[in-house]
Parts: sequence; structure tokens; C-alpha cells
Amino acid sequence: MILTKINEITLGEAGVYGLLGYGMVFLGLVLLMFLVMILGKAFMVAEKKAAKKTVVEETPAEEVKPVAPGAAGQLSLNNVDPKTAAMLMAIVADKLQKPINELRFISVKEVE
Amino acid sequence: MNIGQILLNLWNASGFAAMTWQNGVMLIIGCVLLYLAIVKKFEPLLLCGIAFGCILTNLPMANLYHQELWTAFMNKEIGYGEILKNGGLLDFFYIGVKTSIYPCLIFMGVGAMTDFGPLLSYPKSLLLGAAAQMGVFVAFFGAVVLGFTGPQAASIGIIGGADGPTAIFLTSKLAPELLGAIAVAAYSYMALIPLIQPPFMKLLTTKKEREIKMEQTRKVSKAEKIIFPIAVTLFVALLLPDTAPLIGCLMLGNLAKETGVTDRLSDTMQNALMNIVTILLSVSVGATMVGTTFLTGETLKIVVLGVCAFILSTVGGLLVGKLMCWLTKGKINPLIGSAGVSAVPMAARVANLEGQKANPSNFLLMHAMGPNVAGVIGPAIAAGFLLNIFG
Repeated sequence: MILTKINEITLGEAGVYGLLGYGMVFLGLVLLMFLVMILGKAFMVAEKKAAKKTVVEETPAEEVKPVAPGAAGQLSLNNVDPKTAAMLMAIVADKLQKPINELRFISVKEVE
Repeated sequence: MNIGQILLNLWNASGFAAMTWQNGVMLIIGCVLLYLAIVKKFEPLLLCGIAFGCILTNLPMANLYHQELWTAFMNKEIGYGEILKNGGLLDFFYIGVKTSIYPCLIFMGVGAMTDFGPLLSYPKSLLLGAAAQMGVFVAFFGAVVLGFTGPQAASIGIIGGADGPTAIFLTSKLAPELLGAIAVAAYSYMALIPLIQPPFMKLLTTKKEREIKMEQTRKVSKAEKIIFPIAVTLFVALLLPDTAPLIGCLMLGNLAKETGVTDRLSDTMQNALMNIVTILLSVSVGATMVGTTFLTGETLKIVVLGVCAFILSTVGGLLVGKLMCWLTKGKINPLIGSAGVSAVPMAARVANLEGQKANPSNFLLMHAMGPNVAGVIGPAIAAGFLLNIFG
């Protein structure tokens, strides 16, 4: 590191510092570019390996549950667990003042 | 009891009696800057404070800021103790500028607001960020030609990096007597990017080149975004240790944003911290606009060199953009090269707008953000180099 403070400089020195400085910025960012490229490639390779290792297990056939009286078919649940769906159906039935087995629910979906 | 004498004494003790022509001119300049900030919306968050600081410091006998104390400090005749003992309110605010605390904290907030994803998905953007620093070094040379000393020329040249905190950081260390003029020039020209850049973008590119649509870049994982600030800090600070304060703070802010477990810190950096430091920084910088040092031929030269630096940085980015377009056989739109001028996100928006003028279905914004954020790192490296030489 140049410890002495350089105040007055000649045009020639200014030109050299200018070129050196621009070169230094390019060097720094080019090396950074290679670093980012290497990191990017390493992450992409790691992600591919992780994707290959994932084993899709066959889900066992679900037991056919008897349809409750009044239900016209299967209820479709989207991002909702059965317990939450059951609570929602109970609330709707209560608000409508109708027995739940007289209502047909087709789908319950969580809207984000 | 002589009422006339009392009134005369009151008048003589007032600021009106002590007003000089320089005070008057600077008060008018402060009001003009306020107009630009409030009505024309030129970087109002900073220019408002700078303008008001200018007004406060030029109020005669208010004793808010003492140029002579800081001149003695620069000549190592006094220390911070003297400043605290004899200084005014704006002298105390200015300590944060002199110690480089404010620019570094602003950079921390900038890092917390920056998404380096576009850069990570297309690392060649860094080349455009580097190219767009051409204005820094050409303006540096031009400043030496016009008679400025090395440290002053370096401070003037860094205006071409279009990075306010970096310009203030470097100028406060190398040429604090020029801080007011350089800060006003830097922030004013950043606000004028939509006016300065488009003519050169049209001049240096063909319509066919401006119409080029670029491919969608890859998705960047969260892990990459977390590793990036750590890697950049280690690499750049080891390469040029003088960049450590700026780059370290920038990347600390970015890391806080990307980890997902420091959201409270990131929120503070982006909001409360940025706002507090912006207030103190802008008023302190404005306080250095004392009439006796601001109203000189040097200020006019700085204004001219500043706009040249901006233009040349734009030209540098566009020329390398054209080169990359040619080397990739037309896959890169050269307009994104102008976004290497680090006025985030204004320069990227201007590149996007010019691309859409040529081809309405062309969306260059995310591609332009890569060079735009690369342009934040570029001036910091340039400043580190210049500090190494002249500091």
C-alpha cells in the first residue's frame, strides 16, 4: 500500500492511475464473475443430485370409505386437512340452520 | 435610556448585519435545491436535507457549522475533542460523515434492499458493471487536466460511479472541502438519468440491437443468495482491503435480507436505520456548502466534470454491451450495458423503457437489474483503489 499522500500529480501519472484503476475494477469484477459462475454450477449440480435421489413412493390404494348418507360423492380437499374441512362444513351447516347430511359439499380450497 | 442605541445594538447583533453576498447567494441556492427536491422530485429524500443544511450553514452568526474547525482538523492541528468542545450542532452531525459511519450505514440499507438474484442468474452482468466505471477514471484524468490535485480528482471522478454513499465516503476522506459540490452533483445527476442516458443509448445502438429480446435467466436458489454476500465480502475485501467498510456493510445488509431468519434486522436496516442516517447525512453534507468554499470556479468545473463522468460511464457500459452482443451473436441487448451505471433501479428502468420503445413486447428490466446491481460493487472497488493510491 502506498503510504505517502500523493497530491500533485502529472498528466502522465494521472493517465497511468486511470488505466490501472479501470483495469483493477475489471479484474476484480471478472474474478468475481468466475467465482459466481463456479458457485452457480456447484449449486446446480447439487440440486440435480438431490432431485435424482428423491424416490417417489407409490401411495397405497386408499380404503374406499362408505359415503355418508346425504353426500352425493367425494369431497375434494385442496390444501386443507380433513379436520379443518369438517369444522368448516359444520360451521356452514350451523349458519344455514340445516342438518349437515342434507348439504352437499363439492370442494374445499384454501385461498392464499 | 437611548432607544436608538438599543435598536442599533440589536441590529448589529442580528444575522442581517453580518450577512455577506456569499451568504445571500448560498441561501438562494439552497432554496433552488429545495425547489428541485420538492417540486421536481430530484432525489427528494437526500436533496431536501442537503438543501436545508446549505441554508442552515449559511445563516450568519448561527454558528451551526465551523469550516475553520474542520480545516484545522484536516491539518491535524486539532482532534475530535476540540470539535465537540467548540463546534455547533452541524459540526456534531458532520462527525458521522468524517468517520465514514453514515455512508457505510446507508450502504447497509442499500444491501438490505437489493436483490442480487438477476446478477447471480447472469454473472456476465458483472462485466457491464465494470465497463460502466469508465466515467470514473476518465473524469479523474479530466480533473487533473483542469488543475485539481490527485485526491480532489479522485473524489470528482467517483461521481461517475453514480453511487452517492461511495462518493461521500471517498470525498470525506480525500477532499472534504469539495464534499458539498460533489454530493449535490452526484445526486442531481442521478435524478437526471432519464434525461442524460437515452440520447446516448440511441446514438450508440441500432434499432435492431434495441429490439433484441433476451432469454429468461435461470432461477436462483436461496442458498446461492445467502452464500453470495459472504463470498463477495471475503473476496473483494481480501483483494482490496480499503473496500472493506463499504463492501462489508453492503453485504451485511444483503445477508440480513436473504437469510430469512433476520427479517427484523433487515427491516430496520431498510427503513428506520436508512431514514435516520439519511437525515443526518444529508443535513451534514449540506452544511459543508459554505459560501466561501462553494462559490468558486472549482464548483463549476465539478458540475461539468460530473455530467461528463455520467455520460462516459453510460458510454462505457453501452460499448461493452455492444461487444457482448456481437460476441454472443445477438443474444444480449446492448441497452442493458447502460444500466451498469449504478443509479438503482432508475438506470435499469430507463434501459427497459428504451427497449420497449423499440419493441413493445421487450421486457428488459430483470436483465438490466443484473448490471445495475453489479454497478453498486464496481464504484466500491474503484473507490478502494483510489483510496489506496491517494489515502
